[in-house]
Amino acid sequence: MDENNFALQMQDITVEFPGVLANDHVNIDCKKGEVLGLLGENGAGKTTLMNVLYGLYPPTEGRILLDGKEVHIGSPLEAIQQGIGMVHQHFKLVDTLSVIENVILGIPTKKQRLDLEPAKKRLLQLCEEYELFVDPDEIVWRLPVGKQQWVEILKALYRDCKVLVLDEPTAVLTPAESDQLCRAIRRITADGRSVIFISHKLREVIQITDRITVIRDGKYIGTLATKDATQIKLAQMMVGRPVTIERKSRPVIEDLKPVLVMKNVNAKDDRGIQALKNLNLTVHAGEIVGVAGVDGNGQRELAECIAGLRKPTSGTITINDKRVTGVIADPTFVGFIPEDRQKTGLVMDFSIADNLIMKDYQNAPYAQNNVLQYTAIKKHARDMIRKYHVKTPSEDVRVRNLSGGNQQKVVIAREIDPEPVLDIASHPTRGLDLGAVANVHDTLLKERNRGAAVLFISAELQEVMALSDRIIVLFGGEIMGELNGEDADQEVIGQLMLGHHPEN
Amino acid sequence: MSLEIIIDWLQAALRWAAPLIIVSIGEVYSERSGVINMGIEGIMLFGALTGIAAGFYLNSLWLAVIITAIIGLILGFAVAYLTVSRRTNQVVTGLMINMVSLGATDMIFSMMSETRKARVATFPAIFPSSMTNIPVLGKLLFAQPISTWVALILPFFAAYVLYKTRWGLNVRAVGDNPKAAATAGLSVIKIKYQTVVLSSIFAALGGCALSLAEVGYFSAGGMTAGRGFIVMAACVVAGWDPVRTALICIAFGAADAAQLRIQTLSSTIPYQFLQMLPYIVTIIALTIMVKRSRVPKTWGAPYDPKDV
Ligand SMILES: Nc1ncnc2c1ncn2[C@@H]1O[C@H](COP(=O)(O)OP(=O)(O)O)[C@@H](O)[C@H]1O
Ligand SMILES: [Mg+2]
Repeated sequence: MDENNFALQMQDITVEFPGVLANDHVNIDCKKGEVLGLLGENGAGKTTLMNVLYGLYPPTEGRILLDGKEVHIGSPLEAIQQGIGMVHQHFKLVDTLSVIENVILGIPTKKQRLDLEPAKKRLLQLCEEYELFVDPDEIVWRLPVGKQQWVEILKALYRDCKVLVLDEPTAVLTPAESDQLCRAIRRITADGRSVIFISHKLREVIQITDRITVIRDGKYIGTLATKDATQIKLAQMMVGRPVTIERKSRPVIEDLKPVLVMKNVNAKDDRGIQALKNLNLTVHAGEIVGVAGVDGNGQRELAECIAGLRKPTSGTITINDKRVTGVIADPTFVGFIPEDRQKTGLVMDFSIADNLIMKDYQNAPYAQNNVLQYTAIKKHARDMIRKYHVKTPSEDVRVRNLSGGNQQKVVIAREIDPEPVLDIASHPTRGLDLGAVANVHDTLLKERNRGAAVLFISAELQEVMALSDRIIVLFGGEIMGELNGEDADQEVIGQLMLGHHPEN
Repeated sequence: MSLEIIIDWLQAALRWAAPLIIVSIGEVYSERSGVINMGIEGIMLFGALTGIAAGFYLNSLWLAVIITAIIGLILGFAVAYLTVSRRTNQVVTGLMINMVSLGATDMIFSMMSETRKARVATFPAIFPSSMTNIPVLGKLLFAQPISTWVALILPFFAAYVLYKTRWGLNVRAVGDNPKAAATAGLSVIKIKYQTVVLSSIFAALGGCALSLAEVGYFSAGGMTAGRGFIVMAACVVAGWDPVRTALICIAFGAADAAQLRIQTLSSTIPYQFLQMLPYIVTIIALTIMVKRSRVPKTWGAPYDPKDV
């Protein structure tokens, strides 16, 4: 192959953060007019690699070549001048400024007076050309996220980038917008520009890219042509072992003892609208009850009522014959994995160790005479990190710096390790990648086999069917139907989720 | 007669407001870029003293202004180094600078005993004295010293720079989202340094307008009397807009001028209460208007360029 054909080569890039080798001799190259997929789980080091390209971190090792010539990129400004455009995973827009002001921000110019008209003209031309339409005068915060993405892309194109990096662009897009993005990417590469498309979603990567590079744990795993790739093969490269979301076999547990009993429970949501209607539900020890349903049909209120965070307007909830009247603080009684781990599950700026004792901090051995005992707390944290395979350099790391999957492991360790009689898992796999999802499933199944009652709430039908012994479908705050997990039919559940009784 | 009183009052209002406006322009820029330069109170003191001292020893108003600006520049670099480069807490840093300035200016002033009694030349009016005979406007505007005129024009110029120039756009972007500004290729640190130094220069000049526009002397024990804090409140109330901030400063000046006049008219109200008036006006304005103004997103927050 002709060397000069490569728009971009990154060779042996190594980046080390305190305690983490985020990139370990990673190689990527991207030809002119090509879409290169960069695939890897959360925390694999994709963003870090691209930040190096954009001059945000100096690499400890490695070199970058543009058009076959070695370059040094020391700052975003230098990156932009070398023709690199980047749409960050978390948008870098000043949302109080207008679209056009964001587009021209930072472009060096002699002219101090702001003259937006020529810039607007040029931007509108680009909008036409790539069919990414935005109003140049709109203030950015007023735009839906999808449009903000267009602004980011247009901003890069306005600077005439030769290589455009899109870091998980579809995470915030609707399916229709994703299609629009695909078309725009085709147009961008038709001009001879290159696109690096980062994702951990296999389907998209296969759809959009020409070649795919996979990295895992900061290491380069391999590159293959998209036409030779299959989802299964890529998943294996990405996770390092075969992964499937298939129903796992499980021991049959006879003689089921009821743990959670809900009788005629009614509850309102935050706006005061009835969210649960006369709900009757029993979950037994040694059983996973999956709650399927379109989001917003009472799942959140259901979980909060059981955890004692929301007061039902009528009806009774008992756990092991004890009435639930308020927040349950006893960690050996109920384990609660909340749907938003970052807001309700964790204190993001506390260390792993502190987060792990959040429910227990007043008790020995973590506290003695009201003084925290850090020797015990840290030892506990180290045990948990080992047992639940939390990937972190130490127990003192703030959970903010962990990847989503590892944050969830911290929540799970805290909630499940005390062996509660009831586990409530509310969307525990949301936002996690394949490996982390499998991990959560294994944990919940272990809980069931230990004899815990497990309530598993998820909007992912596949997961509910893979994991549950029994499935209930919520619609409009009511249980539309109940199915056996072994032989549930996806069609039937789908109908129930939409509020239809399939037999009618 | 009553018209006379009103004109006299408004004229005084503008005069009192002028130093505040000059200081507020710098502070608007600094806070727009995210840095609360709380040291302006102390820097004003330095400016007031420098103006008097330089005016006295060098006998030139313009040299006094230049030297005052240089003092502001130096202090500004100190504030910027601490709050921007070292990322110290902006409030604590500001308070510390104010305390040091209060003590330092008093001490320096006491060493320059010869300036104590002497009055130095003050800022002249820019219009010929014949124009002061024009009814109403003559006294209200044309008799005003040059510093008042600067203060009246400056906000419009500042607004133009903030909203209509590249640099103004950069300042606004840096205060609202420094990470976005940095990834767009701007040097956030450099811009923050510029605004903080600028605000310190303006604070020093404002202080010098206070001492050199009217009274012509420096008085020990904090002659700025919390004006720096008033300016900071004005910025908040006015939503960090130069022109609106200036208007708030004029309102404060009017309250201050009013209380002085009431003091001379009435003896029943203890003067301490009257002196509280401008500050009470400020507090009321803050409580009424503060919710409506839009705070620069990273107002007062330290920025670490390594966080991306
Ligand atoms: N600024 C940082 N300081 C310390 N560790 C970091 C920093 N940024 C990323 N990391 C770590 O580096 C690894 C790679 O992260 P990242 O590049 O964001 O992964 P990806 O984009 O593939 O999800 C993760 O383990 C993450 O926790
Ligand atoms: Mg990433």
